[in-house]
Amino acid sequence: MTSLPTEPATRRLGLVIDLDICVGCHACAVNCKEWNAGGHMAPLTDFDAFGEKPSGVWFNRIHTFEAGEGADGRTVHFPKSCLHCETPDCVTVCPTGASFKRAADGIVLVNEDFCIGCKLCSWACPYGAREFDEDVGVMKKCTLCVDRIYNETLDTVERVPACVSTCPVGARHFGDLGDPTSSVSQLVAEREGYDLMPEMGYRPTNKYLPPRPRKVGSGGTNGAPCHTGPVAEQADLSAHPFLRWVDRLLTR
Amino acid sequence: MTKPRFLAEKVDAPAPRAGEQPIDYSVPADDDVKTTTCYMCACRCGIKVHLKNGQIRYIEGNRDHPVNKGVLCAKGSAGIMTQYSPARLTKPLKRVGERGAGEFVEIEWEEALSIATDRLAKIRATDPKKLAFFTGRDQSQALTGWWASKFGTPNFAAHGGFCSVNMAAAGLYSLGGAFWEFGEPDWERTKYFLMFGVAEDHDSNPIKIGLGQLKGRPADNQAKFVSVNPIRTGYSAIADEWLGIKPGTDGLLVLSLIHELLQNDKIDLDFLVRYTNAPWLVINAPDTEEHGLIYRNQEGDPLCLDRDSGTFVDALQPDIRPHLVGPVSLPDGRPARTVLDLLVTRYLDEAYAPDRVAPQIGIPAETIRRIAAELADVAFEQTIEIKTPWTDWAGRRHDSFIGRPVSMHAMRGVSAHSNGFQTCRAIHVLQMLLGSVDCPGGWRYKPPFPKVPGSGPTPSPMVGPNQPLAGMPLGFPQGPKDLLIDSLGRPLRIDKAYSWEAPLALHGLMHMVIHNAWKGDPYPIDTLFLYMANMAWNSSMNTAGTMDMLKDRDPATGEYRIPYVIYSDAYYSETVAFADLVLPDTTYLERWDCISLLDRPISHADAAGDAIRQPIMKPDRDVRAFQDVLLDLGARLKLPGMVTEDGTALYPGGLRDYILKHERKPGIGMLSGFRGDGTEEGRGKPNPDQIDRYIANGCFHEMEIPENARFNRFGNLDYLKWATARGLIDNPDPMVLQLYSEPMRRFQLAAEGFGDRQPTNEHDSARIRSFADPLPIWYPPLGEAETEDGYPLHALTQRPMHMYHSWGTHNVWLRQLQARNPLFVHRATAAELSLLDGDWVWIESAHGKVKAEVKLMDGVHPGTVWTWNAIGKRKGAWNLVPEAPEAKSGFLLNHVISELLPPREDGYRYTNSDPVTGQAAWFDLKIKLRKCTVEESGATEPSFALQPRRGGAFDRTVRYGANIKKGAAE
Repeated sequence: MTSLPTEPATRRLGLVIDLDICVGCHACAVNCKEWNAGGHMAPLTDFDAFGEKPSGVWFNRIHTFEAGEGADGRTVHFPKSCLHCETPDCVTVCPTGASFKRAADGIVLVNEDFCIGCKLCSWACPYGAREFDEDVGVMKKCTLCVDRIYNETLDTVERVPACVSTCPVGARHFGDLGDPTSSVSQLVAEREGYDLMPEMGYRPTNKYLPPRPRKVGSGGTNGAPCHTGPVAEQADLSAHPFLRWVDRLLTR
Repeated sequence: MTKPRFLAEKVDAPAPRAGEQPIDYSVPADDDVKTTTCYMCACRCGIKVHLKNGQIRYIEGNRDHPVNKGVLCAKGSAGIMTQYSPARLTKPLKRVGERGAGEFVEIEWEEALSIATDRLAKIRATDPKKLAFFTGRDQSQALTGWWASKFGTPNFAAHGGFCSVNMAAAGLYSLGGAFWEFGEPDWERTKYFLMFGVAEDHDSNPIKIGLGQLKGRPADNQAKFVSVNPIRTGYSAIADEWLGIKPGTDGLLVLSLIHELLQNDKIDLDFLVRYTNAPWLVINAPDTEEHGLIYRNQEGDPLCLDRDSGTFVDALQPDIRPHLVGPVSLPDGRPARTVLDLLVTRYLDEAYAPDRVAPQIGIPAETIRRIAAELADVAFEQTIEIKTPWTDWAGRRHDSFIGRPVSMHAMRGVSAHSNGFQTCRAIHVLQMLLGSVDCPGGWRYKPPFPKVPGSGPTPSPMVGPNQPLAGMPLGFPQGPKDLLIDSLGRPLRIDKAYSWEAPLALHGLMHMVIHNAWKGDPYPIDTLFLYMANMAWNSSMNTAGTMDMLKDRDPATGEYRIPYVIYSDAYYSETVAFADLVLPDTTYLERWDCISLLDRPISHADAAGDAIRQPIMKPDRDVRAFQDVLLDLGARLKLPGMVTEDGTALYPGGLRDYILKHERKPGIGMLSGFRGDGTEEGRGKPNPDQIDRYIANGCFHEMEIPENARFNRFGNLDYLKWATARGLIDNPDPMVLQLYSEPMRRFQLAAEGFGDRQPTNEHDSARIRSFADPLPIWYPPLGEAETEDGYPLHALTQRPMHMYHSWGTHNVWLRQLQARNPLFVHRATAAELSLLDGDWVWIESAHGKVKAEVKLMDGVHPGTVWTWNAIGKRKGAWNLVPEAPEAKSGFLLNHVISELLPPREDGYRYTNSDPVTGQAAWFDLKIKLRKCTVEESGATEPSFALQPRRGGAFDRTVRYGANIKKGAAE
């Protein structure tokens, strides 16, 4: 079995995902797929690609479901990838040390050279974030784009996970969630971000931002619902209710 | 300033830790990067294509590009798999088996082009209209329309007729702009965003960027997002308020909102008087030939009644104070009323009162009243001001722009109903009444718009053998005189566009071409030439019938009723199987393209922009870019404008040459940037370095609009001069927005028996009288006629955000996200029908039936069922295995949609389209559900004979990227 780092990670790098604005477009999932298809864990093999049961290795998947019914109902789009937990069982169950959590930044990775494809880690992960590549018999997973965020051949602005860079609505953020002063930590505090299934005790690094309260009334700065009483009740408008405009001097 | 789209902290790479896997972080992502324009859907995003070892390593959004600002959607990100798709065609094909059977021999290009040239030359020398040239979802209509015009056939159009022409026409004739292509919400400043329907592949990234921005604003600058849509998915899922109305009632809702605003005196009279035709006088002389027309002087200028002088004066001059309310007696004694008077009278009618219409719309009357009050509150109590001085058309200086920050967007839904033109007109009238057109926080034009509403050249009829058209095939009719009909009132075009059946068919009726050509109504054709439109499958109504029409032979002669079909596509689509000659196109990464201001550019509200595609890689197959082939064919046919006087090709280098050299008018070419000596914008001589300059600039160019010219552009002198100087408009005259559409009234007058061109039968007359109303009306969608006969449910389709029609759905990555489409049914409706998740049902309409698997949901109007569009495929098409779920469980709702309405008394059947614009009415569909037996369950029907698989060999297992990584390691 594999040990976790003995000391807490210097940094806890992870993602913040905003469920208030995710429209479920799959941009993050597919851009992740294309970056990582040629990246650190390449390839992200596809099986039966043109056939009856197409499937493949994806590090990031979007789940769409409905919650509540009637007026309280809403449609939720829920992107999910490895949460880079603080105390992940996927690491501790690994018999070879292939699955490991990095001491420096908290990223959970798989060393393919050591992986024997026993799948214990995928059984241990309650989030279903592990992806087995049966073509090579190796477990694969989100690397938090370790080959982007530290890649000195990329422009500085490109050194972010592919899913963050591509998300059209801006529902994904990246940073150090171990530092309470970091911009992502402040965002989580401000929006009351939460852990996915905290009761499992794995202390996931990634955070989800809940939907904001829906705006009632006319929104904007006034906020409060407004209701203009019918003018008809306020004035006597005999033949034409709009005769009140007759005397308005309007200049073209 | 808007906040950055995402937070991302810069982190330094940690030092390697003992015992941890060492990782080489800094593997170069590429050995070459090229910019171009995406074509995985119609949005025209800028992309950077990273190449490594000659292979595509990664495609990302171009951060500098105005459309997508660095983001890229699922479709764009899957471009690699479309580039390397085994469904790509590899060589020209000539049919050897029966049509539809998919049996071909490969031929050389020279033979293919000779066959096409011989055939087309004969048509041109005898009767050019017998070539029907219809292109699909391409973005080169500035070229293809011009080509058709030079060939001399009026039978040209693109896919707009089955996409959103009713909305384009409504916008262009009302505001001189339109939703999506020619305008956008002011995402940054709007405080209330009202969205009617949507097609999620239209403006996909800009809408997502905009919504993310809008919803992420700080607490002191919030905006509300209201989505009007029978289905709560996608954007509607994140709306502050979802109004799940009954399909096709959007227009009634809007007219009821207008009723409420008028009731409550919440309209912007100053705006209406200054910028719209509200004060124009409408002649009220029933049973005369000018009844309902605008009162004009001898020069044709509209007049209004000046209150100060009591005289009738030029309505276009500034500083007059026009009469607005109450009857007017014209100098010739005829009575008149202002447009505003007519409008207010109509919509104050109790017929539009929320209590009256709410049951039809399916939301509470109270909600309608509240939404109206919210619109009024934001428009009039939450105005915003941009302190930029500007000059109006009359030369008056203003200190600032005032914004009424209510913005709107509409698309499919409205665009797919037969009442869509009038519904979209109603939305534009609502915008005008609120004074929220091209103002801060409102809906804003994208250049080259605004243009004078309804203006433009008229459509051109055929001249004769070996003659080009006098103008372009498509244009803007002003009334009956501009219709393309013969002396007996019969349509001149194969699709009956610009006839009494569809007078304002600005984009033609591509969905009727196969039917009409098959039937020989209005006449038979010789050759159907199609490009990039899957007309034998998901782009046609009555798909099975359409395939039969393509296969049908005249028993007398044994010949196909549509004698010859030429088709160009890059992929092995269903339509390929029905072609006699297949001209294989390149992928979007192997070609030049021009996203021109003459066509559908990349402008946004603050800049006019255009773009190109450049070849990122050479084709590894014997294929040619369609636009190059078209110019080659034009030269072989010696079409004017494509050859010199001695007959040599003017554009031997294909589209690239054309982009560089062609001038539409002196100084106006395909691209606006880097003209003349390279510094000229908009107008200027052709510049041989222009394309290189575009490439150096990321394959696009923008002309930024000065800050004093960004709003109120219909009447902003600074803008009008700026746009004129750059060739976007011809002169800086102000534009008057059209509450009342006089061209509509001219058609109505003809149908009332006036003028020398009148409908030749009472059916046509009745339709025009009813539907060509000059003020917006609402009527139940025409295709709902069968409602009373036991088809109680509405049935709709939506496009998934991650797929673009059939081109996206065969993609290896995207089909993993979705390879089948269930029929979504509201839980309560399902309960009534004893349907459970996973049950199979027959979806039955008056036209036919199709079988599908049921999926229950809550967020849908209970009387509406829906499915995803274009997932279903014919067995073997797109080089997928015949057992593919797309063929087995994927289904097309098209099978139950007829391209025709039920027969009228004399047996004639009108097209299933908007009666004004000819827009295909996909969403008028009514159906019933019947639960399948166990034996019937498990596979969709109808099912069609196997389309023999064709295309490159492929592995079942795709290890894309393995060799890239290996290459990196080596």
